[in-house]
Amino acid sequence: MKGKPSLPKEKLIDMFRKMLEIRDFEEKAEELFALGKVHGTMHLSVGQEGSAVGAVSALRPDDWMTSTHRGHGHCIAKNGDLKLMMAEFLGKETGYCRGRGGSMHIADVEGGNLGATGVVGGGLATAVGAALSCKMGGVDQITLCFFGDGAVNMGIFHESLNLAAIWTLPVVFVCENNQYAMSMSVEKALPIQDIADRACAYDIPGVVVDGNDVLAVHDAVAEAVERARAGEGPTLVECKTYRWRGHSKSDAQRYRTREEVETWKEKDPIARFRAYLLKKGVLSEDDAQQIEKEAHELIEEAVAFAEYSPEPRVEEIAEGVYA
Amino acid sequence: MREITYAEAIREALRQEMQRDERVFLMGEDIGVYGGAFGVTVGLLEEFGEERVRDTPISEAVIAGAAGGAAMTGMRPVSEIMFMDFTTIAMEQIVNQIAKTRYMFGGKAEVPMVLRTPGGSGTGAAGQHSQSLEAWFVHSPGLKVVMPSTPYDAKGLLVSSIRDNNPVIFIEQKLLYRVKGPVPEELYAIPLSTADVKREGSDLTIVATGVMVARSLAAADKLAEGGIEAEVIDPRTLKPYDAETITQSVVKTGRVLIVNEGYRSCGYAAEISAMISEGPAFVYLNAPVKRLTGLDIPIPYNRTLEYNAVPQEENIVAAGRELMAYT
Repeated sequence: MKGKPSLPKEKLIDMFRKMLEIRDFEEKAEELFALGKVHGTMHLSVGQEGSAVGAVSALRPDDWMTSTHRGHGHCIAKNGDLKLMMAEFLGKETGYCRGRGGSMHIADVEGGNLGATGVVGGGLATAVGAALSCKMGGVDQITLCFFGDGAVNMGIFHESLNLAAIWTLPVVFVCENNQYAMSMSVEKALPIQDIADRACAYDIPGVVVDGNDVLAVHDAVAEAVERARAGEGPTLVECKTYRWRGHSKSDAQRYRTREEVETWKEKDPIARFRAYLLKKGVLSEDDAQQIEKEAHELIEEAVAFAEYSPEPRVEEIAEGVYA
Repeated sequence: MREITYAEAIREALRQEMQRDERVFLMGEDIGVYGGAFGVTVGLLEEFGEERVRDTPISEAVIAGAAGGAAMTGMRPVSEIMFMDFTTIAMEQIVNQIAKTRYMFGGKAEVPMVLRTPGGSGTGAAGQHSQSLEAWFVHSPGLKVVMPSTPYDAKGLLVSSIRDNNPVIFIEQKLLYRVKGPVPEELYAIPLSTADVKREGSDLTIVATGVMVARSLAAADKLAEGGIEAEVIDPRTLKPYDAETITQSVVKTGRVLIVNEGYRSCGYAAEISAMISEGPAFVYLNAPVKRLTGLDIPIPYNRTLEYNAVPQEENIVAAGRELMAYT
């Protein structure tokens, strides 16, 4: 694994915690779905914890972030409250969005998370606007914009990167290339090997990084963040990663083989980071197990909070349409 | 009172709000040096600079969407889409993102932005530069829709739209840009969602929007020559609209004609018609609710065909007389 040796021990441990919390949240979400406790669908990011945590760990708490339909991990990485997330997932009044948004629309504007969006590519323009706010306001916050490989073939991708480039906006575009836009593989959908190559069209840096190497992602994004904060404009970072689960809950996964999935599971970003932390002496085996136990407990607490939370009131169904 | 054009009134609202609040800025195609396709923003670049009067590439989706992102993070952007027809390119951002953000996020976000765009036919610009698509926006929860019919209303309503904490689609009328009217020099705000009785009358209510207001007023004068006194009401804000003022008028007159330039099927006139039919005014009706709308056809290029594609003064006069034939 790559990684600046300068990252403090506490930071490394926090990143490990966040990755575990994401994995546990997603697996719990799946379990709750199987138990019939979930009303809607979900898009799980199991296997993509490295890109979510690696990228967000390069931000300051006051930086902005836009997320995607596969956004649980982004929210957790951005210090989202697991209880409020789980409550939203179960459609409860105590959830981040009072049960109005659900899995695809979790947002925490106060915490800098401008929200997940259910439309592929939907958050790119929002990120450009947030970056414009910061630039015009003369503050040095930056915006991190997550999107997937599917979004890069949409017009809004071009419009957003172009505008951010000509206006030198403080935004970092992070493409989580998980190899499939639903069933459409990147090999079929793109004439190029690396999405990052598209950066040259906007005369901005394009970087390819192993998305399952959390420290490599951190370093690449940190460099891009530094550029953005220094007023040098946007960067396109492509994280090559893999979605272990289906696109959503309706996916029979006829477009890929079991062997392919297994190959990628061997590149598990959490197992790799765990081994690294043990090897470097940051954690002992006991420490690691203790942290894993704590992550499990946090998720169980979140589920308990969500399950005991009240449903939204029908009398309040129209609240929040207008300010 | 001083008289200025509709375009000048809009420019003055933009200028005075930008002077008052540094969070207000403009974005759009050719709004800077060019001054906007219809000259609305002429001079603002010189006064406020490139930072606050931002020329954009031809990128309607991000012009709308970036305004949403900027609005969520503390600014009060006013984006311009050069022709209302081109809002279609930005519909995903407007309808799925901007309009729904607040509700989907549990009421915990605000998107205080304005999207200005000129609509309407009559300029010989044919099918893709002449549409009146207000119904599309009215149909989307979370948006406010404003459509002024006079210079005075244009200034006061734009000021309120900029100060509103919701996304507002501000529909301007190409045919009105050069029309003059009295407008105070000082800043004033006309509250959104308040209809205006443009002419009082006791025999017939005409609910008209945008450029149809002036045509209805001219028609009302013609009807008056025959002893028919029409009351002309301009909702001004198409959503959320002032049903009360319309209802009161219909209760008084017992006859209502709705005039809107948009396409007929599921158009804005249909909404007003349904509201009246379902509401307390229904039992006071002496005649069926009548609509005059644009035809369900693309706006044609030929001058005569274009003229006949949307309601004109003589159609309003005829429809008014038709309604008076019911006893």
